[in-house]
Amino acid sequence: MQEYDLVIIGGGPAGLAAAEAAKKSGACSLVILERDRELGGILNQCIHNGFGLHSFGEELTGPEYAKRYIDRIRDLKIEYMLATMVMDLSEDRVVTAMNSENGVFSIRAKAVILAMGCRERPRGALNIPGYRPAGIYSAGTAQRLVNIEGLMPGREVVILGSGDIGLIMARRMTLEGAKVKVVAELMPYSGGLKRNIVQCLDDFGIPLLLSHTVVDIHGKNRVEGVTLAAVDEKGKPIPGTEEFYSCDTLLLSVGLIPENELSREAGIALSAVTGGPLVNESLETSVPGIFACGNVLHVHDLVDFVSEEAATAGKNAAAFIAEETLRSAGEQGPVIPLLAEGGVRYTVPSCIHLLRMPEELKVRFRVGAVYKNAYINVFAGKERVIRRKKMVMAPGEMEEITLKKEWLSEKTDTITVTIEEEEI
Amino acid sequence: MTEKRNLTCIGCPMGCALTVEVDDDGYVWSVTGNTCKRGEIYGKKEVTNPTRIVTTTVRVTGGEMDAVPVKTKWDIPKDKIFSCIEDLKDIVLTAPVKTGDVVLADAAGTGVPVIATRDVI
Repeated sequence: MQEYDLVIIGGGPAGLAAAEAAKKSGACSLVILERDRELGGILNQCIHNGFGLHSFGEELTGPEYAKRYIDRIRDLKIEYMLATMVMDLSEDRVVTAMNSENGVFSIRAKAVILAMGCRERPRGALNIPGYRPAGIYSAGTAQRLVNIEGLMPGREVVILGSGDIGLIMARRMTLEGAKVKVVAELMPYSGGLKRNIVQCLDDFGIPLLLSHTVVDIHGKNRVEGVTLAAVDEKGKPIPGTEEFYSCDTLLLSVGLIPENELSREAGIALSAVTGGPLVNESLETSVPGIFACGNVLHVHDLVDFVSEEAATAGKNAAAFIAEETLRSAGEQGPVIPLLAEGGVRYTVPSCIHLLRMPEELKVRFRVGAVYKNAYINVFAGKERVIRRKKMVMAPGEMEEITLKKEWLSEKTDTITVTIEEEEI
Repeated sequence: MTEKRNLTCIGCPMGCALTVEVDDDGYVWSVTGNTCKRGEIYGKKEVTNPTRIVTTTVRVTGGEMDAVPVKTKWDIPKDKIFSCIEDLKDIVLTAPVKTGDVVLADAAGTGVPVIATRDVI
């Protein structure tokens, strides 16, 4: 069996940034396993600009952002294997993978970083009636067809879901000559970034129908149209509001799901809210030595934050390999759970080993509804340590706070992140 | 006559709700609702001279893929987006293409070049 200090599963933005940081932090032998024919992951098909505003201070396209990291990987002479599919991951960190060159092979690793990303929620998860005609695509599939394969999925398009990929594809299909008739969103707010609503819909006069959904798909061999209807507060279609839109293509942009089949195999505890692993302050999962970062952990809006999070995971994995980290339960000291309450859906991390915590720790979370002029409150035990006003918070935009170690002590039993609505 | 226009700032993910007061001559009297300087700049620009970076793909032959992603090197006036796309429609490049290669020297008469954003070998 081959042996490596570190195996990174996935060569997208998370895997690349994790590899760079781990190498620079002293992990000697590491390898990235990537199932695609090239590094870069989904960035390769995201040809639009807007990446890197936070980390590079400029607006890069997806391939350009990927190239910056790929170049660093090459400069650092980090090993990677392409067209390689990881089949299994065990609790004792044996990675079993396959490719056409080596067949099936196993690697024993001192540490593993999960960076598999996420995938799109498919039609089957939506309960839309109708036949299964051609012309129904997830937005990301359409993006790959248009941007990589150079193929057009259709000419008259309706998009269900206002996630960022759906918004981006509304613009992309329009530029390629298609008519995007409408974007329908089940929720009363968009799941996408504001800038995408402005630049992808408003710029081209594409209407966004909030609180609407597809109630019927027409056509037997090819989509001939869809029926949209308004929905009530519970998301139930309101009779009498149905409207027919003729189209040959329906794109679905209805959410992303972290891809955790391998994590499950390894017995890693997953969050029911994010679908990703539960991690501690080191971004380590419930299985020691297995770390997670990027969209496999929780779905991000901005790749900049994926890279930042992944670099932290890479650094921590290197520390684990060097046995700098206190490993046995007795040495780890108290574990403080982070509680997501009052409008906060989840936090990453979800617990903190006080002794292993750095002086400052970033905690990322999402809210469950749109809030205006609300406060983020953070309590260490019963004491409030952060109270920050936010003009707008929305489920589509990830929030972050910085916890300071000085606020916590062995007596701190919980850390609670909560949203306070009224102005006091 | 001044007109109030409501915009969403796209300078960063905050997405501040801006109100821009502009008169008939295009003079901007005020930008409010922004939380930083970028909002003010964006607000002014968006009502006087809105611009966008345009990204699309161009055909390639003889390479590992059939299309290469491209972008306008800088932002171009918003009303030139479609003529820029039109200009790029019939261009066919021959591999290899390198990131930064100029695909079109002048997009839609704006003087802004269109460049490749990845390598195709």
